[in-house]
Amino acid sequence: MQNVIEIRNMTKHYPVGTGKFTALEDINLQFGKGEFAGLVGPSGSGKTTLLNIVGTLDNQSEGEVAVLGNDIRILSSRQAADMRSEHIGFIFQTYNLLPHYTVFENVEFPLILLKYPAKKRSDLVMEVLEMVGLTDKVKSKPAKLSGGQCQRVAIARAMVKKPAILLADEPTANLDVDNSHNILQLMVKMNKEMNTSFIFSTHDEKVIRYLRRKINLLDGKVASDTEQLNNDA
Amino acid sequence: MIKFILKGLLRDKSRSLFPIITTSIGVIVTIFMYTYLKGFTEDLVNTNADFQTGHVKIVTGAYADLIEQRPNDLALIGVNDLLTEMNKQYPQIQWAERIHFGGLIDVPDKHGETKEQTYFSGMAIDLIPDDSIEHDLLQPNDSLVRGRAVSSEDEILISDELANSLSISLGDTVTLISDTMEGNMTFGNFMVVGTVRFGVTVMDRRALIADIGGVRRFLDMDDATSELLGFLPEFDDQKVDNMAADFNQKYSDNDDEFSPFMLSLLDQENLRGFFNYTNYMSSFFIAGFIMIMSIVLWNAGLMNGIRRYGEIGVRMAIGESKLHLYFAMIYEAALIGLAGTVIGTVLGLIPSYLMQEVGIDVSSALPDVGMMMSDVIRSKVTTSAYFVGFIPGLFATSLGAALAGIGILRRNTAELFEELEV
Ligand SMILES: Nc1ncnc2c1ncn2[C@@H]1O[C@H](COP(=O)(O)OP(=O)(O)OP(=O)(O)O)[C@@H](O)[C@H]1O
Ligand SMILES: [Mg+2]
Repeated sequence: MQNVIEIRNMTKHYPVGTGKFTALEDINLQFGKGEFAGLVGPSGSGKTTLLNIVGTLDNQSEGEVAVLGNDIRILSSRQAADMRSEHIGFIFQTYNLLPHYTVFENVEFPLILLKYPAKKRSDLVMEVLEMVGLTDKVKSKPAKLSGGQCQRVAIARAMVKKPAILLADEPTANLDVDNSHNILQLMVKMNKEMNTSFIFSTHDEKVIRYLRRKINLLDGKVASDTEQLNNDA
Repeated sequence: MIKFILKGLLRDKSRSLFPIITTSIGVIVTIFMYTYLKGFTEDLVNTNADFQTGHVKIVTGAYADLIEQRPNDLALIGVNDLLTEMNKQYPQIQWAERIHFGGLIDVPDKHGETKEQTYFSGMAIDLIPDDSIEHDLLQPNDSLVRGRAVSSEDEILISDELANSLSISLGDTVTLISDTMEGNMTFGNFMVVGTVRFGVTVMDRRALIADIGGVRRFLDMDDATSELLGFLPEFDDQKVDNMAADFNQKYSDNDDEFSPFMLSLLDQENLRGFFNYTNYMSSFFIAGFIMIMSIVLWNAGLMNGIRRYGEIGVRMAIGESKLHLYFAMIYEAALIGLAGTVIGTVLGLIPSYLMQEVGIDVSSALPDVGMMMSDVIRSKVTTSAYFVGFIPGLFATSLGAALAGIGILRRNTAELFEELEV
């Protein structure tokens, strides 16, 4: 099976003052189709940095990173944007919904960028809102929603284009226990139905229990990479 | 995408309100200044043309050199033939003969002794015929304050101000003392039948209006005139200049100082300078407002960018390219500019119309100079006034957004993105 993401000998430095700080060092990882994997580690271990590079929002300093067969270093900013638009969904800890747009419009936005016709957009949006259980909130603005509902809108927005890869940076950090489980179960379900590869960054035990693959990061290095069978899904 | 942008603008007042207000104010001021300068230029041209310069003016070459002194000894001779020729050559032009003459006005008491005496500034025009072009130009009969129109060659009108200062009553006969064309002193008795006020300070101080027939006899100027004024259906700076050049090539003879010479309106009374100046001022104001508004809107755009940092970051993450975002922001600004321009145009036309209809009386502030200007300054709302606001309105908003948006193009996707996640 072809890997959706291949990382070889990858290192990331940040310039700090006159020197540099190594956030990630000699990372070697592959992610296959339909994975449900998590980057786990303490604060500052490099989880977000790794997700950003894989999500073409940032570039590595050394080594190779291929996303869907594309060497991300040679992608122009336009090509990277196109790749995100078509194949990569993001979910953030703080939801980051567009405040002046309704639930429907927030979820529709990625499809507008993809220039889908209105009818197709509407069908896809309603389909994904059905999956996340928010068909009754179609016309609501984000300010009128609970945290859990907001995160479900964010999931719908990330998944509406049926991306190959979904990157979720601490998606449950602002949610209570019940909402966290709801969100996780929703994502497990989508992962199965759409065959999207999910990659989380987390240090939340609740999330870790759902992972089928757990990658421990420590000080910018992969400390362990293990399969887990005991997930709740 | 357009609908998406519009929704954002309509729902997020802080995104639209301030820029719309800024744009509107800029457009209001631009339109007001524009119509004001248009009115000023038009008044300058019309008043000068009607009262003293014509759109073009034919004099002798020698007279042209000393035109400030109004030297009647250098007047045009053979005017009838010249007029016939002119009517043939320039059928679209209307001509008005005028003689400027100065001297002393002597007001006798009932014993015939001098009661009052002062200088006058006389203008002889075709005053009596009902179809005289002067009824449209100088409009002596519409400017009557007291008395009646002149109906015979020995009657005159004088400025109301002059009449009052000399205590002249209607029906009084005054003696004018002047020089003939040959340079001899001449005396003539004229009856004051009316007083006039033209609303042009220069004219209203010492003017004396007489029929050209009577004055020709008074000054021995048979078939002569000091100036021949020509009027196009509408003033056009390019046309009058070309016409003067063309005329002078055909009729003017450098070796004969009494050959006719044509001056365009712009050649007289420094009007070319004023004309160019007001045109420059219009452009300067518009350019100035584009600049000021662009800077204000640029800053507003920067603030907007900071306020919408998260939105911009997340849109990039979702896959909107920087260039697309950049143009979306400019597009947003252009829509705001359009709304601001429409509002500003409506609001700017209101004071402009008011200024056109009512005007401001500046007679007390006018210096005692020779420049012909109406006492009441008015704006002039032309068709172009409806459109001129779009230049600063659309240009400044777009330029402001284009400058502010450079930050988006420079933005490092990952860095911004991290800041979202605080
Ligand atoms: N732009 C940057 N410039 C300099 N250093 C950075 C930058 N971004 C991240 N770092 C550093 O890189 C290291 C890894 O950061 P990263 O955000 O990837 O950690 P993380 O595992 O996501 O942590 P957390 O759990 O707190 O989100 C940290 O020590 C951080 O200070
Ligand atoms: Mg992080």
